[in-house]
Amino acid sequence: METLIVILVGILVSIGTYLILSRQLLRIVLGSSILSHAVNLLIITSGGLKTGSPPLLGEKVATYTDAIPQALILTAIVINFAVTAVVLVLCYRTYQNFGTDDMEQLRGNEHE
Amino acid sequence: MNNLLITPVVIPLFIGMVLIIFQRNIKLQRVLSLVALLATSVISVLLMNQIRNDGIQTLQLGGWEAPFGISFVGDMFSALLLLATSVVSICCLIYAFSSIGRKQERLYFYPLFLFLVTGVNGSFLTGDLFNLYVFFEVFLVASYVLITMGGDKRQLGESLKYIFTNIISSAFFLIGIAYLYSMTGTLNLAHLSIRIAEVGQDGLITTVAFLFLIVFALKAGLLLYYWLPGSYSVPPTAIASIFAALLTKVGIYAIFRMFTLIFYHEPQITHLLIGILAAITMVLGGLGAIGYWDLRKILTFNVVISVGFIMAGLVTLTPAGITGSIYYLIHDMLIKALVFLIGGTIIHLTGTSNLKDISGLIRLHPQLGWMFFIAALSMVGIPPLSGFLGKVFITQGTFEAGYFWLGGIGLLASLFILYSMIKIFMNAFWGETTLSAEEEKGTTKGLLLPIALLTIASLTLGIGAEGLAGYVAQAAEELLNPSLYINAVFD
Repeated sequence: METLIVILVGILVSIGTYLILSRQLLRIVLGSSILSHAVNLLIITSGGLKTGSPPLLGEKVATYTDAIPQALILTAIVINFAVTAVVLVLCYRTYQNFGTDDMEQLRGNEHE
Repeated sequence: MNNLLITPVVIPLFIGMVLIIFQRNIKLQRVLSLVALLATSVISVLLMNQIRNDGIQTLQLGGWEAPFGISFVGDMFSALLLLATSVVSICCLIYAFSSIGRKQERLYFYPLFLFLVTGVNGSFLTGDLFNLYVFFEVFLVASYVLITMGGDKRQLGESLKYIFTNIISSAFFLIGIAYLYSMTGTLNLAHLSIRIAEVGQDGLITTVAFLFLIVFALKAGLLLYYWLPGSYSVPPTAIASIFAALLTKVGIYAIFRMFTLIFYHEPQITHLLIGILAAITMVLGGLGAIGYWDLRKILTFNVVISVGFIMAGLVTLTPAGITGSIYYLIHDMLIKALVFLIGGTIIHLTGTSNLKDISGLIRLHPQLGWMFFIAALSMVGIPPLSGFLGKVFITQGTFEAGYFWLGGIGLLASLFILYSMIKIFMNAFWGETTLSAEEEKGTTKGLLLPIALLTIASLTLGIGAEGLAGYVAQAAEELLNPSLYINAVFD
């Protein structure tokens, strides 16, 4: 199961990288978002995907699922959403100001 | 257990949140944010003395024991940086009072400034890798907003690069955390150090160390500084100087923490690589500093040089080298804020950042000119100013450890700094006075006080170095003996 998820993470990372390297702003935002999701999957895999019981005291079971990676990605997802929201707003303002969402055309304005 | 440790994080955070409510009342915002920063500086002095008397202070949040809960650890290194952060942010805040403008003040400048300080203080104090990431994000998100504040074209274009660079490096940070967690099963820095010392630092862990090095090098501007000159020259002066003084320094702090506490077993691989990166950074930063005629570009490339120089002290892993790095790090925070504030004032007065269009400011602004002269000499490392001690110790450390090439490049970089700073001084302050008092675009009213405060702080650091020597020596000893940190966390 872990191997399968790791391959999925690899695919997601390559999609994210491809999108980040493109020229349109919106694609870059999507790419960074997909990259973050891939990383979240990697974190949850890092604790092991055991199909054990919930980590509750007093339950007499042999295997537990590690709870820490889940707590970690909860935080990471929240941060990722916040940053994506900020970047989307910023891209919208940039589009309004420059009249384009093409990174190539953002260069070479009068200040550079 | 010491509850004082959490206050440098909670006070700016809480007051920042309160200030959002009083968005309209600018006087109140100014007073409250100044009070918050003064409080954190008092607390950091208290912390320094506690650590001096009783050793490293720890706080286990919620009473959960060390490897399971979240720990806050204050050693002398972080306490010294906390104090420097407070001094610098107070001066930048006072500068912002009279320069930032009503529009920015309405756009939640003060709350964001306090959140930035929250994130920086938290990064210095946390004893947990994931919380380091969280605090990094806190000050990064604040900096994303601060860098775009006002939203003119130039800012939008540059800030997009800054933000995307940081988003990707944060993703790499998380990848590193995931790898380290799957290998060691812990995220507490002290516990990580124990686990890695037990199983030995094999090739896999060294690779993860490189991953962390890439992430923090991006934040610190160690070789991967291509985003830095653009992003640090677009925001308003007060914001640019707090960025130059604090943001790269957090990356430097993280590299120091990781490579003295956790990944210190293979110095011939990891630390040598840091040394090579530092050498290239100093050379390229130096070339940038002497090549440009734009005031802001020259100053931002000086930020890059100093990052390389501080890293040279870490590479040595000798008491002299680490002591030098700590002295130079504190000096650099003060002096970078100072030169950025002076540079911003020059641009404010003349309306241009091109050195060829500026001349003879010293006739009308002698105080500004001489304070810049002191700052320039201090950056080069003329005794008895504050840069001298750090420079001597780092050079001594590199020579002791046998890294003669690194020490040599460090000294060469000082020449680059000297040339670039004297170029600014000769062109901007010396020569014929082209602008009369009426033709100037702005006044220095209210701007000289924070600059004078920082100059005094820098002079005190240089002349009063003896008073600080005990604290710095203790910080270096703690960095070189990871067992002190580990014992403090687990007792």
